[in-house]
Amino acid sequence: MAVKFDQTGEGEFRLDVCGYSCPHPQVYTKKALQKMASGDVLTLVFDNPSSGESIIAMCDNEGNDLYERNTEGGQSIWKIRKA
Amino acid sequence: MSNENNAVAAAAPQEGWLTQTGNRYAVAIMALVALGSVWTLSIDTRYVYLLVYIWFGMVYGMFLQYGRFCMAAAVRDLFAVGVPRMAVGMMIAVALYSIIAATVTVAGFSTFHPHALGWHVILGGLIFGFGIVFTGGCASGSLYKAGEGNVGSMIVIVAISFSQAIFVAASGWFDKLVPSSWVDSAIAKDMPEELSVNDGWFDIFTAGYVWDLKGSTLAEILGTTNPVVSSYLVNTLLVTILPTIAILVLLYAVYYRKGYMRRAKISAPSMGDHARGMWSMFTSSKNTAIAGIGLGIFAGLQMWVTGALREHYQIFNFGELLSDMGHTAGLSMQDTVFDPGYWYITTQEAQWGAWALERMGVDMMDNIFFGLDNGIPSPLFNAPGFMSIGIILGAAVLALSRREFKWKLPSMETAMFALIGGTLMGIGARIGMGCNIGAFFATVTNGDPSGWVFLAGMVGGGYLGVKAFNWWIERRSAAAEDECGL
Repeated sequence: MAVKFDQTGEGEFRLDVCGYSCPHPQVYTKKALQKMASGDVLTLVFDNPSSGESIIAMCDNEGNDLYERNTEGGQSIWKIRKA
Repeated sequence: MSNENNAVAAAAPQEGWLTQTGNRYAVAIMALVALGSVWTLSIDTRYVYLLVYIWFGMVYGMFLQYGRFCMAAAVRDLFAVGVPRMAVGMMIAVALYSIIAATVTVAGFSTFHPHALGWHVILGGLIFGFGIVFTGGCASGSLYKAGEGNVGSMIVIVAISFSQAIFVAASGWFDKLVPSSWVDSAIAKDMPEELSVNDGWFDIFTAGYVWDLKGSTLAEILGTTNPVVSSYLVNTLLVTILPTIAILVLLYAVYYRKGYMRRAKISAPSMGDHARGMWSMFTSSKNTAIAGIGLGIFAGLQMWVTGALREHYQIFNFGELLSDMGHTAGLSMQDTVFDPGYWYITTQEAQWGAWALERMGVDMMDNIFFGLDNGIPSPLFNAPGFMSIGIILGAAVLALSRREFKWKLPSMETAMFALIGGTLMGIGARIGMGCNIGAFFATVTNGDPSGWVFLAGMVGGGYLGVKAFNWWIERRSAAAEDECGL
C-alpha cells in the first residue's frame, strides 16, 4: 500500500491514496494539483470518506472544478479539473 | 462487507431497501441495541441511567459520521490545506450547545463542573493537538471512523486507552520529573494511605498542583447571582458566543473571503457582500453544519436527561446506583465511578485500559485518578464507556446504510502514526484533564474559560503537528521519488 501518482495521458493524472486516512488524502491531493497545469485533469482514488469533505471545500476555495464523483464499495473515484 | 456485495447492492437499489447488505447490517445493529436495552431493563429498570449513555452515543455517532465531524480536522485542515469547513462546524456546535447548556443550568439539571486552570491546560492541549494530526482523528473522530471500518482508528482508541492508564499510574523514574514542592503539597493533603500520593507523578501532579488551582465559570468569578443573568448573559454570551463570533469572523477573513469574492466576481466588497460570504461559509458544507446543529442540541439534551435521572434516583453519581444494585467491584474508595453526565470521551477509555491491565495483574487502584475519583468498573458497567461504544455503533449504522462502510487495514506507516499519535493524545488528555470534548467543548459551553486555553494549546500543537507531518511526507516522497512522484 503506497501513494501512487502517475501521468496517464496528455494533461491527465491519477492519484491513488487508498488505505490512507486523514490528512494524507487531502494533503496529497493538494500536492498533486500543485504539480499540474491549469486545465489538467486529476483522477483521484481514495477510500477515506472524511477526506472527501475537505477535498470538496479545498476545490471550492481554490476554484478547481470537481466535476465527477463516484463512490462504490467504500472507494471513491473523483475527477478534478485544475483551474 | 465486500466490494462485490456493494457492487451488487448498488446495481439493484430498486429491489427494496432491505435487500442491500449494508442496510441489513445497519438494521441488525439497531435491533441488537434495542433488544439489549429491553433485556437490560428487564433485569433492573435503573440500568436506564447506563442505557442513556449508549443511546446518546449512537446519536452522536450518526451525526459525527453524517457530517464527517472531527475536531482534529478543525485545526489540522486549516493549516494543512487551508480549509475552514470543520472549524466552522465546530463553532456552530459550540454556540448551540452553550445556549442549551444555559437552559439546562437554569432548570437546575446541569452536571457540569469547571476545570482547574493552570499551565497544564495549555500543555495538555499542545500535546493532544500534536498527536491528532498523526492519528487522522480526535478522540470522538477516531470512534466514528472505527464505526466506518477503519482499523487504524481502532488502533488509536487502544493507544489512547492504554497510554492514559499507564501514564496516570506510572511511578519510579517518572517521579523525578515533578518538582519537590508538589510532593510536599501532595503529602500535606493527608490522603488515605492506600493511594500513596507521594508515589506516582500523576498523583503528585494532581494533589500537589491541580488541587491548589481554582476552576470557575465566569459567572462565579464575577459573582453574579441571578441564574438567568449568570447562565445566559455571562457564561453563554461572554464566554461562548462572543469568542465564537470572533473566531468565525477570523476564519472568514483568513481562509474563506478571498475564494468567495473570486467565485462571486466581486472586486470591491460591501458589508452586505461580507455578510453573504459569511453565510456561504456556514452553508458550504451542509452536512457539517447539520451535524454541528444536531450535536449541539443533543449534547445539551444528554446533560438534561442525566441531570433529571440523578434527581429522580436522588444520586450524585452512577456509583451509588451500581452499589445499590450490588455491583461494588471497581468503584473508587468514595463509591464513585466516572460519570460526567455529558459528552466526554477519554476518561472511560483510560478505564478500559486500566481494567485490562488489572486483569494482567497490575494494581491500578493505588492512585488518585482511578482509586479516589473514577474507579475501574468492568466494561459491562462502565456507563460512559457505553457512550463511546454507542458512537462506534451509531456511525457504523449510518456508514452501512450510506454504503460507506469498508474494512480498512492500515499501512504500516498509518499504524505507527496511530500508535504514536494515540499515545500522545492519551498523555495530552490526562495532563489537560480531557480531550477536545471534555476539556474544550464541554467547558467553554458551560461558561468555563479554561476550554479556550485548551483550544489555544491544541491549535499550537496542531500547527506544529502539520509542520512535522509535512516534513515527514516530503522526506518520504524524496526517498520514493520514482514510485510516487510527488
